[in-house]
Amino acid sequence: MTAILAVTEQRDGALRKVSREVVWAARQLADQLGGTVDALVLGATGTDVAGADLGGAGADRVLVVADAAFARYAPESYAATVAGLAQGGGYAAVIVAATATGKDLAPRIAVRLDVPLASDVTALAALGGKITAARPVHAGKAIQRLVFEGGPALVSLRPNTFVVGVAGKAGAVEQVPAVSVPVRAVVKDVKAAEQGKLDVAEADIVVAGGRGLRAAEHFHLVEDLAKAFGNAAVGASRAVVDAGWRPHAEQVGQTGKTVSPTLYVALGISGAIQHLAGMRTAKVIVAVNKDKDAPIFKAADYGIVGDLFEVVPRLIEEVRKARAG
Amino acid sequence: MKIAVCIKRVPDTETRIRIAGDGVSVVETGVKFVLNPYDEYAVEEALQRREKAGGGEVVVVTLGPEAAQETIRTAFALGADRGILLKADAVPADALAVAKALAAELRDGCYDLVLFGKIAADDGNQAVGPMVGELLALPCVTAVTKLEIEGGRGTAHREIEGGVEVVEFALPAVLTCDKGLNTPRYPALKGIMAAKKKPIEVKPVTFAASPLKVVGLEPPPDRKEGRIVGEGPGAVGELVHLLREAAKVL
Repeated sequence: MTAILAVTEQRDGALRKVSREVVWAARQLADQLGGTVDALVLGATGTDVAGADLGGAGADRVLVVADAAFARYAPESYAATVAGLAQGGGYAAVIVAATATGKDLAPRIAVRLDVPLASDVTALAALGGKITAARPVHAGKAIQRLVFEGGPALVSLRPNTFVVGVAGKAGAVEQVPAVSVPVRAVVKDVKAAEQGKLDVAEADIVVAGGRGLRAAEHFHLVEDLAKAFGNAAVGASRAVVDAGWRPHAEQVGQTGKTVSPTLYVALGISGAIQHLAGMRTAKVIVAVNKDKDAPIFKAADYGIVGDLFEVVPRLIEEVRKARAG
Repeated sequence: MKIAVCIKRVPDTETRIRIAGDGVSVVETGVKFVLNPYDEYAVEEALQRREKAGGGEVVVVTLGPEAAQETIRTAFALGADRGILLKADAVPADALAVAKALAAELRDGCYDLVLFGKIAADDGNQAVGPMVGELLALPCVTAVTKLEIEGGRGTAHREIEGGVEVVEFALPAVLTCDKGLNTPRYPALKGIMAAKKKPIEVKPVTFAASPLKVVGLEPPPDRKEGRIVGEGPGAVGELVHLLREAAKVL
């Protein structure tokens, strides 16, 4: 029986949203191969496995490695545990989330298994018994198609790409021992960003501002619109990050983050090729710009040509009204 | 302090990408190649560390075609001391193959630090740095935005979603550098002149066939033609209506 190992991700004992995406993608692949899905949870004792409903997302089994040493990300021990399981379990594929943690972890697993890695994958399939993957390269300016000629196929999945459905599998929980190896890089502390602040790469709605805002202090328009949408994150173009108006953590584009939110609102962003590369996979793109020839309008589903200092306050008001109504 | 900086020659990020006739590679004619943007932070960090230590050596290592010598010279112009080109006709798509070639070169180099850029702007793998760390069995911290080194030990900050991880490690170590770590310098005229005379060692490398095959490269799917809803604040009502009724995102 072919099995797929889906490596989930938790922080502070709660499984992250991307975990269900990884399990769901594993489920789709397992169904094509006629196989099963094992979801792996690495964390401290008491990690909330039930709350995330991994069975609902498609896990036949949930393997839990609960160890005090796994409360925070422990690079070498995480990698050794996953690699050990992958070797022992005869998995056809090992799937990790391409998050900050997963991008650090997956290459380490690759070395320990001595297999290639397909990073930041946006599509997975089985074709004639072989696993294929598609992934953006050149920051999304092209899509690369890959085939794994050997196994296990190790991939990291881009977050916010796989829309999770309902699988309704058993999700029976089994405890698995941890593999603790000497950790050479020790995570001593995790400093959370300000309370309730959403990361631009994870948010469902992103409101981003560019040079059209003319000064750092005008960014409150972007923040206010993000608030009006409810749970939206603030993004920024490279120009305004380089100018020091906003932190790099908010930068969207080829030298920043690649985002795939449901809604991306670009305010005063002209749409340089390197910015478009970072947000073109958003489901819906809205642009407000005073230059009707700005390239951002070529990418946008809906555009308003106009002075953002007039348009955005009205937009904030209308969005609030729409959400209240 | 002896520091290796692993760099890569990549197409300028403003370049349009055209797919070659073979259907798996990019047309290189007319494309401007540059030092990978994130590698600028790695080179800068190495130079600052050398300056702070009051001595040492910064060695740039790259895997690529003959033309990657230009990329090494770019790092020379900034202040790197010497270069090693692991010469291959093409950089394999399999990051592990690249990491093994680099690790073999770095293993006996007695480096205190091995620095990488966080991600290559072309393949976007973000994998070679941590793979080299594992292959060399060295501490490795990825996507570093802040770094302190004191008496053979280091503390690094790395950005994670909605926060920062503080990571401690002992030297020697492998680090991948993120934007925010420092402000890369521009080459000075003196550096550009000196760059011509600095030595580059060229070592050919070959690769066995990888079990990961690139079978296609294609343009991203076109976005559906968008529309200008209108001009000025008067168009906001219609936009919100569309977001709600047509796009169903409100």
